[in-house]
Amino acid sequence: MADEPLILGIETSCDETGVGVVRGHTLLADALASSVDEHARFGGVVPEVASRAHLEAIVPTMRRALDDAGVTLADIDAIAVTAGPGLAGALLVGVAAAKGYALAAEKPVYGVNHLAAHVAVDTLEHGPLPEPAIALLVSGGHSSLLLVDDLATGVTPLGATIDDAAGEAFDKVARLLGLPFPGGPPIDREARAGSPDAITFPRGLTAPKDLAAHRFDFSFSGLKTAVARWVEAKQRAGEPVPVPDVAASFQEAVCDVLTGKAIAACRDRGVDTLVLGGGVAANSRLRALAEERAAKQGIRVRVPRPKLCTDNGAMVAALGSHLVAAGVAPSRLDLPADSAMPLTIVSV
Amino acid sequence: MLVLVLDSSTPAVTAALAEITAHAVAPRGERSVVDARAHGELLAPQVSEVLAEAGARPADLAAVVAGVGPGPFTGLRVGLVTAASMGQVLGIPTYGVPSLDAIGHAATHPRSGAAPEAGPVLAATDARRREIYWAVYDLAGERLAGPEVDTPAAVAERARELGVRVAVGEGARRYADILELPLRAGLDYPPPYALAELAAERVRAGAPGDQLTPLYLRRPDAVAAAGRKPVLQ
Ligand SMILES: [Zn+2]
Repeated sequence: MADEPLILGIETSCDETGVGVVRGHTLLADALASSVDEHARFGGVVPEVASRAHLEAIVPTMRRALDDAGVTLADIDAIAVTAGPGLAGALLVGVAAAKGYALAAEKPVYGVNHLAAHVAVDTLEHGPLPEPAIALLVSGGHSSLLLVDDLATGVTPLGATIDDAAGEAFDKVARLLGLPFPGGPPIDREARAGSPDAITFPRGLTAPKDLAAHRFDFSFSGLKTAVARWVEAKQRAGEPVPVPDVAASFQEAVCDVLTGKAIAACRDRGVDTLVLGGGVAANSRLRALAEERAAKQGIRVRVPRPKLCTDNGAMVAALGSHLVAAGVAPSRLDLPADSAMPLTIVSV
Repeated sequence: MLVLVLDSSTPAVTAALAEITAHAVAPRGERSVVDARAHGELLAPQVSEVLAEAGARPADLAAVVAGVGPGPFTGLRVGLVTAASMGQVLGIPTYGVPSLDAIGHAATHPRSGAAPEAGPVLAATDARRREIYWAVYDLAGERLAGPEVDTPAAVAERARELGVRVAVGEGARRYADILELPLRAGLDYPPPYALAELAAERVRAGAPGDQLTPLYLRRPDAVAAAGRKPVLQ
């Protein structure tokens, strides 16, 4: 509908420069430039490399998004930008760019929370989100379980990783197995030829004593170490490493814990909608297992398509659109980038 | 022609307006705040303020002139991305000027009737990690050496070789004891009028704009974000 707000979203919190355009819940453009290849040889995202790439990419990515959407900045009602959490220097490029665009086009700007944006993006695919909902956000930087009471104003953190992020564990295990960075897609691929029951890897923070203090928290550091020990033992014994079995068994351990705790959170809070987001939500086993377990409990799982799970500008625009529709006031021009922006803050 | 001038290559965050006519560059307002940690917060409101003060709107701008450093990267990028994004919206060219050139130009072309400096001038800003960004200018303001990044001791030696007579810039002030050069006060940071003067010919000619790339001079510290990265990806 033409009278719904036309919102532009800018995302630069990690290694993807994203600019998205939405009208209401309708996705019009999702332009992306990635510096992932420049980070591959370091086995992780190098902050300064990411910041340099954002500066180079922002203007052409903006041009592409506007062209794809067939709009100009003069048509836009508001600009939303990821203000945090993320890499400080990378966030700063996006926030400063958003302010420049907003200033020059004389439009309001919203500094928004990246994690809330991962939840909001699902509205582009499945329409308005029932509230409350539980969201499981898993990626290379975060593994969080949250209660979404009201996406415009309040998100309650229920749990998070106490050490490595799930995506980070995928990257490290991929490296152990000689698979490329980022590790999620190649492990998913290898796992299809392997058995998830071949090796029993540990499920972090699922023992009764851990559940008391960390009911909805995650830990993947022990899992990563267990995989490393198992692989090294094989190598020391001069035996071949069964890559598909290790990949499948590792992936199963991660997905088992993530979905188990997410479903438990839904039941605990009496919530019947579970939203998955973040790069790891693109994992095929996570999706399948979540749906299988949720179905048994009468819980509906909402997962955006893989391209919308990973970082992009459309998710930021989607959240901006939600904020505008909810009548939330825009941010001030001195809004800071906040690398540690708490989950409880949806927009600044 | 009204131009917006931005520089964030030093702890001074600067936004200014200048009117460029056929023969002159006239300042039309300036906001400069020294705060090395708040470039991202300060710059946009400053732009908004100088425009409001001059009774101008963004659409009145004919060009954006930005100091491209060298300078600490994170802050420097704020000025450049602000210039680039505004230029894109307004459909106006953006011109990059080395920030050290502006200090060198100001030392050799002082605005207020003061005599220009004698002999080659060293312009230096703080590069952190006990190093300085530096360049040397002749009396006409032409760059003789630099921009480079070096330890103050190495710069002192180069300055002697080049016959430098006076030093300007916060980097020179900070390491005055090592540089052992006469120091000219009051020119710590790139003055916006000097940036505007250095871009004036291109502005008048309507020359094609620059893609604004920082003078990095240093390679990125290629260490992947360790441990818990704070972001999703
Ligand atoms: Zn993310």
